[in-house]
Amino acid sequence: MFYHIPWLSLAIWTPIVGGVLVLLSGDKAPDGARRIAVLFALVTFLLTLPLYIGFDVTTAQMQFREHLPWIPAFNIYYSLGVDGISMPLILLTSFMTVLVVIVGWVSIQKRVAQYMAAFLIMEGVIIGVFSALDAILFYVFWESMLIPMFLIIGIWGGPRRVYATIKFFLYTFLGSVLMLVALIYLHFRSGSFSILDFQTLKLTMNEQLLIFIAFLLAFAVKVPMWPVHTWLPDAHVEAPTGGSVILAAIMLKIGAYGFLRFSLPITPDASHRLAWLMIALSLVAVVYISLVAMVQKDMKKLIAYSSIAHMGFVTLAFFIPFAIYASTKSLNGAVLAVEGGIVQMVSHGFISGALFLSVGVLYERMHSRAIADYGGVVNRMPVFAALAVFFAMANSGLPGTSGFVGEFMIILASVRADIWYAVLLATALVTGAAYTLWMVKRVIFGAVANERVDALQDLDGREFLVLGLLAVAVLALGVWPAPLIDVTHMSVQNLLSHIMISKL
Amino acid sequence: MENIYLAIVLAPLAGAVIAGLFGRWVGRSGAHWVATLSVAVSFLLSLLVLKHVLFDGAPPFDGSIYTWMVAGGIHFEIGFLVDRLTALMITVVTFVSLAVHIYTIGYLRGDPGYKRFFSYIALFTFAMLMLVMANNFLQLFFGWEGVGLVSYLLIGFWYERESANFAALKAFLVNRVGDFAFVLGIALVVMYFNTLNYESVFRAAPLVADLSIHVIPGTSWSVVTLICLLLFVGATAKSAQIPLHVWLPDSMEGPTPISALIHAATMVTAGIFMVARLSPLFEHSATALNVVLVLGGATAFFMGLVGIVQTDIKRVIAYSTISQLGYMTAALGASAYAAAIFHLMTHAFFKALLFLGAGSVIIAMHHDQDMRNMGGLRKYMPITYITFLIGALALCGIPPFAGFFSKDSIIAAVQASQLPGAEFAYYCVLGGVFVTALYTFRMFFLVFHGKERMDEPTRKHLRESPAVITIPLIMLAIPSALVGWFTIKPILFGNYFGNSIQVLPAHDVLAKVGREFHGAGAMAGDSIHTPAFWLAVGGIFLMWVVYWLRPALAGVLRRALAPLYYVLEHKYWFDDFNEKVVAAGGRGVGRALWRIGDVRLIDGLMVNGSAWLVGRWASVSRRIQTGFLYHYAFTMLVGLLLLLSWFVIR
Repeated sequence: MFYHIPWLSLAIWTPIVGGVLVLLSGDKAPDGARRIAVLFALVTFLLTLPLYIGFDVTTAQMQFREHLPWIPAFNIYYSLGVDGISMPLILLTSFMTVLVVIVGWVSIQKRVAQYMAAFLIMEGVIIGVFSALDAILFYVFWESMLIPMFLIIGIWGGPRRVYATIKFFLYTFLGSVLMLVALIYLHFRSGSFSILDFQTLKLTMNEQLLIFIAFLLAFAVKVPMWPVHTWLPDAHVEAPTGGSVILAAIMLKIGAYGFLRFSLPITPDASHRLAWLMIALSLVAVVYISLVAMVQKDMKKLIAYSSIAHMGFVTLAFFIPFAIYASTKSLNGAVLAVEGGIVQMVSHGFISGALFLSVGVLYERMHSRAIADYGGVVNRMPVFAALAVFFAMANSGLPGTSGFVGEFMIILASVRADIWYAVLLATALVTGAAYTLWMVKRVIFGAVANERVDALQDLDGREFLVLGLLAVAVLALGVWPAPLIDVTHMSVQNLLSHIMISKL
Repeated sequence: MENIYLAIVLAPLAGAVIAGLFGRWVGRSGAHWVATLSVAVSFLLSLLVLKHVLFDGAPPFDGSIYTWMVAGGIHFEIGFLVDRLTALMITVVTFVSLAVHIYTIGYLRGDPGYKRFFSYIALFTFAMLMLVMANNFLQLFFGWEGVGLVSYLLIGFWYERESANFAALKAFLVNRVGDFAFVLGIALVVMYFNTLNYESVFRAAPLVADLSIHVIPGTSWSVVTLICLLLFVGATAKSAQIPLHVWLPDSMEGPTPISALIHAATMVTAGIFMVARLSPLFEHSATALNVVLVLGGATAFFMGLVGIVQTDIKRVIAYSTISQLGYMTAALGASAYAAAIFHLMTHAFFKALLFLGAGSVIIAMHHDQDMRNMGGLRKYMPITYITFLIGALALCGIPPFAGFFSKDSIIAAVQASQLPGAEFAYYCVLGGVFVTALYTFRMFFLVFHGKERMDEPTRKHLRESPAVITIPLIMLAIPSALVGWFTIKPILFGNYFGNSIQVLPAHDVLAKVGREFHGAGAMAGDSIHTPAFWLAVGGIFLMWVVYWLRPALAGVLRRALAPLYYVLEHKYWFDDFNEKVVAAGGRGVGRALWRIGDVRLIDGLMVNGSAWLVGRWASVSRRIQTGFLYHYAFTMLVGLLLLLSWFVIR
């Protein structure tokens, strides 16, 4: 009975239907819109829980499969399913959306219903991206994800929102157009649109290289990887708090997810051939971007750059397995790396979300993101300060928080490929702490800097609830990561043994 | 017993959580009660454990509490290793922590952050216990960073002070530089041993000892040497050795109780403990040991020198701590791990005593820490005076006080070492004895004797501190005076540590020293034949002359030694280098990368440039679309021609 319920469809369509309902309820009764939105977000979160509870950790097969004809003429199916890689990301999505909707409760006063609807619809679409097993279905979800985000930044954003939205849209859209070409080519070669069929399709090296590059543009922009990252700081700075949270916590993960679902299994030989490039770009992201983060004057920009640096760990983790396998002749180190990358994704979702929420808390009170406008916040907001310092420590990768787990695993793994990779990665221990805690010093600590800081009020109950939940999540994952790691084992193992076999 | 171990660790954690999160409900006295009691419970249970392993002869406990995760074939566990080394460490840690908890009740009375402080120090005790009780590298690193976190929070405890916030950030970042290497060391351990568990690593150490690694193409390093050096870089940060010692003097911005607990007695000794714990690994690398030995000796001597020119009472003791940690490090390098831990223990008592005594003085002086404003405090604060004197004598290594036994053993061990750097280190630690006597008794005479230099209102209010402050002083003075006498024989020469410390026969300097050892009494009596004794006595005498008998001499000496004074006053320019080159350089590079890389090249050239290009292309191609039919026809013809010629020529 349990497995006959279409949990994935429910998780996708419940928030979308909820979003439409909220939209219909209109702006005249904003409280009603808020209530419906929270209710649907909560229900969706509950609907995703069975995915974890009922998940079979002993198999790498896709689970919770749904398979219905959609456009039979072109062999296109409404095909859904999750494995240990996508399932945690779906839970992350539904969890973060609940928080974002709660946070938007008071902070959004303009077009409440539309705002809430945008987030709910986006939630459904993102879950669709993570669970689609049909390439066209995936592509439809992938592109539709842009629209709500585009609106969120464009309508509720800051003063330079138009520049930011266009930059965001062009960057991401240009990337995904080539992906569509690649998907269609794969369809011509395989006669199917099933992603799983693509993965077993034999391809020549030249085909693989071209397809890899087409995918790379789409995914690298999303992650974002250096040097296609400059849209992110602008988008974050202009986006409303909720938009920043979803952008950092979830949308960035979609690019990294794409590498695991498409690039690596479909074009393993090209991935192998170009792994050096991916590793180099990732290391640039970790080292270069961390230094850039240090000198930012805007809190949101700083956290945005920090996100890019943290995602550098993820992309490195996904492309280093070839080198580890070559030097150790064993999959163990590679598994450590990829699982580390997945943990880093989830953890970064919590931490970057929490940091953007924290900035949002301050922004709502002072209407400034400039570090220089703050100082001594702890004097007036001790509870907030305690949580902010905690998240800052998590962002610096303190053991006992989730921020440590992934980075530790990836450093442990990468040393097996080449000690210099690990050396460069480990610089993040110093630079990450430097930019995060320097900001904390200037914003949180010190004497009260000006009368606007003096007038600050500490967290209200709703803000405390949201940040508190995230703190619990960060701590739980840091103290006991096994429940997450265990889920990923079989899928990662399977993926890695698949990509180590050449398709040529 | 397993539940007892768990209780030792969890009691302070519970105390920290209650005092920190539920402070509003338990109130101020509730917070100090719950924190102090939780640490008292830990201390009593630690005594029980000590008795268990020492007198009942229980075998070491090595077990896992829970599995953190399993990934890539490696078990990441949280677990305890409780052997004699651990038992000694947890007893020292919880005892000093307890004394400091009690002391804080008096010291921070009326401070708005009272509850927060108790939460922090209880949390610190938890992290420190996790560190010393770990049976694996993961938990070691957890404790290692945990104590660093609390240290950061406590240095910046008075967060309104800019200097405190700066010192906190500096301490954390300098420690992170050490952790950078430490993590790489752990990564190499996992790579070569495929486990994080100490026991498994130690068992495989002889096998890995022969492997080598190519870090830079063309060079070959012993794996164990590289691992040990990387781990030791972590220790240089945590245990404040050159060149990563720079954070410790600044850490004095924190309240005095934590200077005693964290920055003297416990946390800073974590690096020493780590090397001793990993002795089976370090023993396989003479190169690493030699580096440890030389660096320790240099720190002991040169950082002690800086202490002589400090005017802030806490900074004198801070430089003294760095110097004493140098002694311990030198002992580690000489493979006299037991001597290092022995000095760690005696130092924990007398240095905590000195810090708390300094705190008592600081309270009496209304938080003025400048020794130039003190003097003649002896008659106002008799208990502080006596206990401080005991601490000072112990620090200088005057028999039969505790420091004498441990310091003399280290000097003898370094002398007996066969490593290439041993001779240099020997002269350093020996000269360090004289330096120690100089800074200690300069401070002692400046504070307690001579003219009363404070202003009138302060003098009127001078009085002995209350019992919550003097009782911990007495608590610490007793072991500072006595502990060496009773414990030197079992700890150094009686195989107290058993298998928890392993020394290769070729490095076993303590066995050599032990042949000359005929009981604590004989050692104390024979000390008058050693140079160390006369150096210490000479130093004290010199300071007596300069700062008591003939105060005018101080100025004369200072002018005579002006160049040396200049160097010491600038602390060898370590801070200037770090601030002007490292920190400013990092920010400069970051700014350059951002402005040139992100803003100009990527956004300016690539993004906006391609937008510009599209615009240009559009405006050019727009011109082609003229609307005249003959233009289109002409273009088509040209295209057809080109296509045809391509087909023909091909």
